[in-house]
Amino acid sequence: MAKPFREALKSGKFVVTSEVAPPKGTNLEELLHHIDLLRDKVDALNVTDNQSSVMRFPSVGAAILIKERGGEPILQMTCRDRNRLALQADILLAYTRGIRNVLCLTGDSIPVGDHKEAKGVFDLDSVQLLKMIRIMESGKDLGGNDLNGAVEFCAGAIVTPEARPIEPQLIKFEKKIAAGAEFFQTQAVYDLDNLKRFMEFARRCSNVKILAGIVLLASAGMARYMDKNVPGIFVPQQLIDELAGAEKGKALETGIRIAGRLIKTIKEEAICDGVHIMAIGREGVVPDILAAAGM
Amino acid sequence: MIVGKQKPLSEIREMIAEYQKVLILGCGTCVTICFAGGEREAAILASSLRMADKIDGKERVITEYTVKRQCEREFLEELDEKVKEVDAVVSLACGIGVQALAERFPTTPILPGLNTSFLGFPDEHGVWSETCSACGNCILDQTGGICPITRCTKGLLNGPCGGTNNGKCEVDPEKDCAWTLIYQRLEKQGKLDLMRQYYPPRNFQAVVRPGKIRME
Repeated sequence: MAKPFREALKSGKFVVTSEVAPPKGTNLEELLHHIDLLRDKVDALNVTDNQSSVMRFPSVGAAILIKERGGEPILQMTCRDRNRLALQADILLAYTRGIRNVLCLTGDSIPVGDHKEAKGVFDLDSVQLLKMIRIMESGKDLGGNDLNGAVEFCAGAIVTPEARPIEPQLIKFEKKIAAGAEFFQTQAVYDLDNLKRFMEFARRCSNVKILAGIVLLASAGMARYMDKNVPGIFVPQQLIDELAGAEKGKALETGIRIAGRLIKTIKEEAICDGVHIMAIGREGVVPDILAAAGM
Repeated sequence: MIVGKQKPLSEIREMIAEYQKVLILGCGTCVTICFAGGEREAAILASSLRMADKIDGKERVITEYTVKRQCEREFLEELDEKVKEVDAVVSLACGIGVQALAERFPTTPILPGLNTSFLGFPDEHGVWSETCSACGNCILDQTGGICPITRCTKGLLNGPCGGTNNGKCEVDPEKDCAWTLIYQRLEKQGKLDLMRQYYPPRNFQAVVRPGKIRME
């Protein structure tokens, strides 16, 4: 059985998390394959929650599967699809099924997803969601009523170290810490100098644990696309050139090498407390990324 | 002001398909300012419908008129005779005006000629922006006079999401990130502490929908 994630965070070791994505439909084969492949290689596995506003098998369902198979799940919860009643109810369910880690996110906007005409809920925001967890731990719900059986979670949040402008983002980062965030997973970072600058700020205001987000770059095209289109992600030209210069059919291998190299540097220079690896659809190569990082 | 946008001609034609005598009724207030349903737009719509009917060889009487305000009972009295003469009215007012008319003339179908879009103001010539959600619990004193409930696509209360993009919103690069604007405004005022404080979840009981206010 996996160790509680909070213990891994407290141990002072270089923490590694990754993530799996629930399927669109009831065929769980690939999800289970990825869980079995990764559960012993990382300290915890995130489960995305209708990621990119695309309707899927629920994150709490997949987190239960991870738990049942001996892994340590981090339940991602966004505020986009559920109001405060539904969020609290899911937290109660998750707790009773042994899930002890939750990552609180605002959630992408509805129009970026595959149900563009749906209503975005956003009854709470990510800071309020963190606070909700802490209130429920005190034995109360958000209506001030007593819970018959409280919860306890290691709660985390996300931060975008390269958001532009950065100042409002840093204010929110501090608010998340004040609301109870114990760890952060960052948006993908490729420029380690920028990451270091963010970490200087982060260390000044708190000793909260920070895991650098590493998104696998599978091709030069993907790197260019992310650089241009994903807010808060900047891919240095040098990395794009490295991917573009890869031999035919070897771009993915190059991407794995880049990810491994970034992780290795972050670990060796102790820039962050760990990394969160997002392979986005290529979860099968996460062990190769770890190997490339010398782990 | 209330901002609306006229429905497409084809949709309005479908709505009036079964009626022989139709009154196009403009409103002289908000929708006049946003060029969607004032006297001028009523005249243009009426002549467009007449022209379309002519092309189709359809016999129908289309008249137009505009009142000062469709959303108040006293401005509707002058319509009693006019409405009696028609089979249906296409109202170019906001949804409030349509419903006020429907209440006064319960036996006449009152059809909406525009889609009421939002509460906002003219940003520049020909551009209107939504700025207020009529949430019933104004917090503009704490957000530098910029409403995050309305102007942030997610209505966030505690700062920007990760989709903030060089001061623009991830869902539409033409729209400003409300929280970037709030940050800049509060910084100028030396009041960034307002942004650092925690805002609890919204109280949706501030206005119990449908809202009703009785003078005390």
